[in-house]
Amino acid sequence: MLEIANVTKNFGGLTALNHICIQVKENQIYGLIGPNGAGKTTLFNLIAGFLTATEGSIQFSGKELTRLRPNKIARLGIARTFQNIRLFGTMTVRENVLVAQNTRARSGVLSLVQLLSAREKQFQEEANVLLKKMGLWKKRNEPSISLAYGDQRRLEIARALALAPKLLLLDEPAAGMNEAETEDLLGRIQEIRDMGRTVMLIEHDMKVVMGICDYISVLNFGSLIAQGAPEEIQASEAVIEAYLGREEE
Amino acid sequence: MSVYMQGVVALMGVNILMALSVYAILSTDQVSLGNAGFMAIGAYTSAYLTVKVGWAIFPAIVTGALVASVMGLLVGIPVLRLSGLYIVMATFAFGEVVRTFFLNFEPTGGAYGFRGPIGTTLPMIYGWVLAFILFFWLLSHSRLGRSLAAVRDDTEVANSIGLSVKLLKLGAFWLGAFVAGVAGGLYAHYMFYIESNNFHILVSTMAILYVILGGMYTFWGAIVGAIIFSILPETLRFMQDWRLSLYGAVLVLMLIFRPSGIITPMMVRNVASRLTGIFRKAGA
Repeated sequence: MLEIANVTKNFGGLTALNHICIQVKENQIYGLIGPNGAGKTTLFNLIAGFLTATEGSIQFSGKELTRLRPNKIARLGIARTFQNIRLFGTMTVRENVLVAQNTRARSGVLSLVQLLSAREKQFQEEANVLLKKMGLWKKRNEPSISLAYGDQRRLEIARALALAPKLLLLDEPAAGMNEAETEDLLGRIQEIRDMGRTVMLIEHDMKVVMGICDYISVLNFGSLIAQGAPEEIQASEAVIEAYLGREEE
Repeated sequence: MSVYMQGVVALMGVNILMALSVYAILSTDQVSLGNAGFMAIGAYTSAYLTVKVGWAIFPAIVTGALVASVMGLLVGIPVLRLSGLYIVMATFAFGEVVRTFFLNFEPTGGAYGFRGPIGTTLPMIYGWVLAFILFFWLLSHSRLGRSLAAVRDDTEVANSIGLSVKLLKLGAFWLGAFVAGVAGGLYAHYMFYIESNNFHILVSTMAILYVILGGMYTFWGAIVGAIIFSILPETLRFMQDWRLSLYGAVLVLMLIFRPSGIITPMMVRNVASRLTGIFRKAGA
């Protein structure tokens, strides 16, 4: 469903991504791994439209994304989270989820007077279900910024899911979480896939992705160095070298 | 009520509207220093319509506000390309252009000012104030209001959840200009006489001050700020020229000790939930 073909991104003289080709299939959990500075987040920013590729094409269900603005791409069904958590700080937990439904719900001037329409009730209920699913129900009326770190991460995912996306981009969803929290999160990501969504996730901790990803691409210094199923990646010498360095002869 | 008190209360109403107009634009993270310009357009247009064309005051004020709001769109479009301090500078320039225009525009009196608009009453002013309070209350509880808040909190993330950030920012400018236009119309027909200097940059500055001090994250803040800073100078008259210095000192202290203003969204939420609690108890 997502076709990244020959994508290059230059920042001035620096090549952040170098002729990248990636295909994500429907209903996959696709892992994007690599050491710090490998270009993983840059690739996400290209997909989501926050950056424009210098070269190459990105197609989503046959639609070219490279010239579209972020809000148009979001409307096509691609939602994302951010590496450094970015919640709407003046809103409560629940409001953060509700606002992300706005492109689907009626949210123009008419929304001032339609508080109790059947359609609106349905959306409210949907938000409630999402909050429960992500374990945030009890904290729904708290200001989003007062949440604990792990809760904030899960709220970001809940907000992205409120767009009802076909493809969900998760940028280091487990960063800063302890082992138990990470374990819990991985379970939830699998649930999201079981809901029929496709997930693409960035991690730089290899152990995290090995368990849940169907397919993995490894980036290093802006180039693809390996692609394959988790077992293949684990055995790949190029990957081991990228992470651990080469032994001097 | 003495005539003096009436004057204070009337201007307080106009100030509340000006604060709301600043709040509307600020609610998408844009600071406008040109709201006195929108106010002037509303004032002169409506005054011309009642005095020279013979319209009734209500349609004249609405028309003046609509003209101001169209100007709001025209100013808002180029402003979309700017950010932060540059928006402040561009809107400041706009306000001064409008003021200078009316200083030289003969059909509305030019430098002599424009005499004759009458008819604003206290109930009329506060009717408009109540109408806008209802509007902003509905807005703050609606999906549209939440979209605006999202743009203010984080424009990039607002984009990433599919919101049309540009349209929202433009809409905010339209609304702010409209409210300022109404304020101008009411002001003109209260004062009987307007001149370009009534719409000095200081008017815009004060309106921003109301919002910053009252609290810029909820429209209640704008209202409370406008009320306090309309009454405070009157109660401090005995200090004469020192008043403005005290003003400055209060501003600095506020920004140090309560940077998000007197009224915060959390506070509004707490009060609201307590009120519903009381009503529920009374009902049971």
